[in-house]
Amino acid sequence: MRFCRLLAALAVLLCAMFLSPARAEGVDAALDRFLADSFAETEAAIGGVAQSGAPQAVAILQALGERRLFAHPASRGVFWRDAAGTAFDARTGLPAAMPGDAVVIRLNNRLRNVVQAALGTMTLLSPDPAVRLRAAESVFRSRDPAARAAIETAIAREPRGEIRRVLEEAHAAIMLADTGVPESVRIDAVRRLAETGDTEALGLLRQMLGPTAGPLRAAITQGIGAIEQRQQFRAAAQTVWFGVSLGSVLLLAAIGLAITFGVMGVINMAHGEMVMIGAYVTFLVQEALRQNAPQHLDWSLPIAIPLAFLVAGLVGVAIERGIIRFLYGRPLETLLATFGVSLVLQQAIRTWFGPTNREVSAPSYMSGAFEFLGLQITYGRLWIVVFTLVVFLGLLIVLKATPLGLQMRAVTQNRRMAAAMGIRTRFVDAMTFGLGSGIAGIAGVALSQIDNVSPNLGQSYIIDSFMVVVFGGVGNLWGTLVAAFTLGIANKVMEPFAGAVLGKILILVLLILFIQKRPRGLFALKGRAVEQ
Amino acid sequence: MSLTRRSLLGTALGGAAAMSLGIRSGFAQAAPIKIGILHSLSGTMAISETTLKDVMLMLIEQQNAKGGVLGRKLEPVVVDPASNWPLFAEKARELITQQKVSAVFGCWTSVSRKSVLPVFKELNNILFYPVQYEGEESERNVFYTGAAPNQQAIPAVDYLMSKDGGEAKRWVLAGTDYVYPRTTNKILEAYLLAKGVAKEDIMINYTPFGHSDWQTIVSDIKKFGSAGKKTAVVSTINGDANVPFYKELGNQGVKATDIPVVAFSVGEEELAGIDTKPLVGHLAAWNYFQSVKNPANDAFIKAWKAFKKSDKAVTNDPMEAHYIGFNMWVKAVEKAGTVDVDKVIDALPGIEAPNLTGGVSKMLANHHITKPVLIGEVRADGQFDVVWQTKDLVPGDAWTDHLEGSKDLESDWVGLKCGNYNTKLKKCG
Amino acid sequence: MITLRFVRFLEGRGLVFLALVAALVLLVPVCNLLVPPGSPFHVPTGMVVLLGKYLCYAMLAIGLDLVWGYCGILSLGHGAFFALGGYAMGMYLMRQIGTRGVYGHPVLPDFMVFLNWKELPWFWHGFDMFPYALLMVLLVPGLLAFVFGWLAFRSRVTGVYLSIISQALTYALLLAFFRNDMGFGGNNGLTDFKDILGFPVQAQGTRVALFVITGLALIGTFLLARMIVTSTYGKVLVAIRDAESRTRFIGYRVEYFKLVVFTLSAMIAGLAGALYVPQIGIINPSEFQPTNSIEAIVWVAVGGRGTLVGAALGAVVVNALKTVFTTGFLAPYWLFALGGLFILVTIALPRGLVGLAGDIFARFGGAGRGPTRAEAGQTP
Repeated sequence: MRFCRLLAALAVLLCAMFLSPARAEGVDAALDRFLADSFAETEAAIGGVAQSGAPQAVAILQALGERRLFAHPASRGVFWRDAAGTAFDARTGLPAAMPGDAVVIRLNNRLRNVVQAALGTMTLLSPDPAVRLRAAESVFRSRDPAARAAIETAIAREPRGEIRRVLEEAHAAIMLADTGVPESVRIDAVRRLAETGDTEALGLLRQMLGPTAGPLRAAITQGIGAIEQRQQFRAAAQTVWFGVSLGSVLLLAAIGLAITFGVMGVINMAHGEMVMIGAYVTFLVQEALRQNAPQHLDWSLPIAIPLAFLVAGLVGVAIERGIIRFLYGRPLETLLATFGVSLVLQQAIRTWFGPTNREVSAPSYMSGAFEFLGLQITYGRLWIVVFTLVVFLGLLIVLKATPLGLQMRAVTQNRRMAAAMGIRTRFVDAMTFGLGSGIAGIAGVALSQIDNVSPNLGQSYIIDSFMVVVFGGVGNLWGTLVAAFTLGIANKVMEPFAGAVLGKILILVLLILFIQKRPRGLFALKGRAVEQ
Repeated sequence: MSLTRRSLLGTALGGAAAMSLGIRSGFAQAAPIKIGILHSLSGTMAISETTLKDVMLMLIEQQNAKGGVLGRKLEPVVVDPASNWPLFAEKARELITQQKVSAVFGCWTSVSRKSVLPVFKELNNILFYPVQYEGEESERNVFYTGAAPNQQAIPAVDYLMSKDGGEAKRWVLAGTDYVYPRTTNKILEAYLLAKGVAKEDIMINYTPFGHSDWQTIVSDIKKFGSAGKKTAVVSTINGDANVPFYKELGNQGVKATDIPVVAFSVGEEELAGIDTKPLVGHLAAWNYFQSVKNPANDAFIKAWKAFKKSDKAVTNDPMEAHYIGFNMWVKAVEKAGTVDVDKVIDALPGIEAPNLTGGVSKMLANHHITKPVLIGEVRADGQFDVVWQTKDLVPGDAWTDHLEGSKDLESDWVGLKCGNYNTKLKKCG
Repeated sequence: MITLRFVRFLEGRGLVFLALVAALVLLVPVCNLLVPPGSPFHVPTGMVVLLGKYLCYAMLAIGLDLVWGYCGILSLGHGAFFALGGYAMGMYLMRQIGTRGVYGHPVLPDFMVFLNWKELPWFWHGFDMFPYALLMVLLVPGLLAFVFGWLAFRSRVTGVYLSIISQALTYALLLAFFRNDMGFGGNNGLTDFKDILGFPVQAQGTRVALFVITGLALIGTFLLARMIVTSTYGKVLVAIRDAESRTRFIGYRVEYFKLVVFTLSAMIAGLAGALYVPQIGIINPSEFQPTNSIEAIVWVAVGGRGTLVGAALGAVVVNALKTVFTTGFLAPYWLFALGGLFILVTIALPRGLVGLAGDIFARFGGAGRGPTRAEAGQTP
């Protein structure tokens, strides 16, 4: 509660700040507290800096939040670095040389909240809309009566609708939490929150339910009911989205196999390792960028996609030329040889890159989440779904509309007839296998965003991939698509009831039973042959 | 680096598999003391265990540079149990009977330890086990240098309940479905209930090994955290599943300032594979962090980086456990004046060896050691900031007081000569 | 006369194999128990355990060869039957621990005490009796194989479809047995066994006895399998392998033939698993791992599929190589060797080691022969 009082004082000062030029008294005293290396002192220092009204206060607190604020107890100096690395003296706000043995001022989660709350109130009027949005969110969380005046000013000035909405919610949260305002105002606030609120508003309402009574309590109960109802409805849609997203991962992992296994009939146990190679290519690209052009790190994935295709594709061609071509007509034996290949590739990666996970970071456009019709959708997953569909369509076009695709289909349908027509079947074999492997490599690029980049990466997808291809019907790309999404959604529908493990077991059992009903998968290739 | 000198079996590839047993080449001077290293170098556990093999090689090399032990050189014998539990037992047997090692440093998972236990008991040898585990065990032949639940889980929960930890009132206990999380969560649940946390404020969730699709669970955690009470997640999620879990947390915007996650199986090594920027502030509880500043740790990190020939090499808690365990073994051998297994086992309790966090750990009569408990917050560079630590070293407790079956059990290999003495029935076993 | 017929029944290879196993069964106990440890002829107990393990794998391989080598059913789930047999035996061994567990509970195994279970789940009842456990060793894998096979063969699921759903079967069981709520000890599985039939499992004598029993079981399995493949029934199996539809059109109920051999093979695998567990001392869900089943297929291929001797030989050779390569400076590289071997055998030795031996023998004028191409099932 000391904190609330502190912020009350802060609001008064803020108002003063708008009226008179910034005053820097007190900032020195506050900064001294940073030198103590104790969380309690740091907390007091944050309050002091925020209250000081010094022009550099925002910069100091921002630096503190991002581990860029340093203390040098010997010289009683406090410094911050800006994002570019230039050092500033916190006392003067001017660039200064920082002693080499200055130490970073540490925070813990509680203090991080304090910094955010302080910054929130101070940056509500920032010209940068992203900063304003963050500020509005922090105020919503801290819901300090003291920020009320500032937020009302901010609402009046805010040009952007979505930020204004958050600001209004924050305002409502403050009103609701403030026991000093008339009950009717608080009830209005509850309505406001119930109207647009999400999970966090729900949390706030539930929290307020305890200490209230009478009509306000009734309004809150009603509000909770409204949000819960809305969320229940959304939960179904959310489950479907999770399923689609899982399905797209399955499809991505399986789609290369749909070529090597589905079209060529090679039981390619090394498929997972092609995915792994793609992921490692992504890692290498990011490493290279990080060292040479860190500002272009966001380009790592677009660069990695063609490279991963090429590398994995070449490895695939090498495997086909070196091993698989000796085994045509003996499909079950390709299983053994490619199992050997898989062991060798895994151990090779383990020897070269070490057995531990490698870091592949998410580019900015794949981080975070947004709300769509009340659904929480993460950018990473959305991109993977889109990417999967693009790859699928691309592959479909290659197979259906290019000469190579025509030749591939011809060779797999009737090798000798195709050869008689002048198709270089060996070349086509190698290209087909290379294509399947290359696509697995591309899958690796995407999977590096959500899974471990380790030598075990491929192993975790190989069984699921085979299930998908077999479930959909060997040799049928559309079948693979439908199968992947069916399995994905079914898995996610089961998960809340049965738990993650039991859900998966149930799916497997259903799959086994399904194959009894349709021994050749969902979409069996029609033909008159008794045996294939 | 001298690995095993045993001339290996001639194998004829190219089809025929003629196999002939190798002949051990003898040493002219004082025979070296052999030390077995039983860590998986391939398979799913290689990801964690390979570094432990390397750290043992480094420690042995350093000891040899100091003149070995009892005037004899140490010779490491490396085997690969390949993350295959029966193979662990087979390799343990081979190390003891064929290689005649004086002690074995190894195992990571509980099941691998359970698998080799009968072998160590039957053939009477010493195993140093360096990983935090579920407790509920104390064997004469095993020395547990990792944390018992009271040296990791309970202090972590205490921290989260404290003012600095955010005063958590609602708890998600998420773990991989195997014995360590099951036990830890059982202990924690009993502990939380005893602390007055309501049953409906505890959510327990288990996932399979290598679980990679965390969308539903993370969104459930968010929902659970929206009840208006400060919520914290205690994660006993194992190895491989952590990366996708943390990636999903980051993507769904679960920030440490809202719902902190404290993990017991995530250290520097695991974080090296993740972009940690979205994870800043999430916590881990260990007995060692690389970022701890003191001369012994600095020297250890420097030696390790030189040994790995990489500036990016990180150190972690199980490595420190091997460091402590190895030094304890050396001291015990010197105290006993022999590598005779029984004498070394008797010499070990009471032995003290410095740990890397500035204290001195002691081997207790229950074959566990004393350790400090540290809580670290993840930094953007993949290291941890220590935000809290116990004042004194915490003695490891083999049998937890929070479980029905084990609260009456006690382990004392010095006085009682028993690993599971029942204080109620006044008898062993 | 009978001897002669027996010799012809076995062929040269089979005779050598039987002689070899019989020699092991006779010599190993002598060299372990009677020869003093210093002697060059002494077989250490560790080696007995190791050999016992190889022989268990050999039994599994023979069972697998019956369905794959002779009937063309590529099962990627035979590890599941092996593991189920192992679990049945493990449950018996757990019940024998009695009050000697760490918590000293008279009935419940340690892991149940610690999960706060109050009573024994229904499926654990009866396992304290050895005959019941032995029955379950055969019955559980057999029944599962029967149900699975009945469903699959009746609806004519063949080829890769069958392979993949058999893999799904073992994968589902893997996940199920990992769950602690199932009551099979979760990831840790069943371990810390004390007695079998009143004999301490770790005693040297018990180990040797287990080895001898395994050897005898292997001989029995081999003779049974040999009887099957030389019978008319066996000929039909080969016909199914080579031309399933044709066999069906001739009038054989193909699905019944397959079902019988599949079930039998699963029971052999179960028995092998049951013999494996007391010798190894642990059974845990990792035995259900799909890669384990694939590895078993690889043993058969390396040895020579469609020849019972080859299957057994492959199991022993591959596992011996694994034992050797996982020690010492080769340890980080053994997967290269193993993977390389699989590739090499598939490409260069399609008929496996037995085929190679036959070729060499034939070139130097011997009378033996390897499997013919048709025998090894390579007709497209």
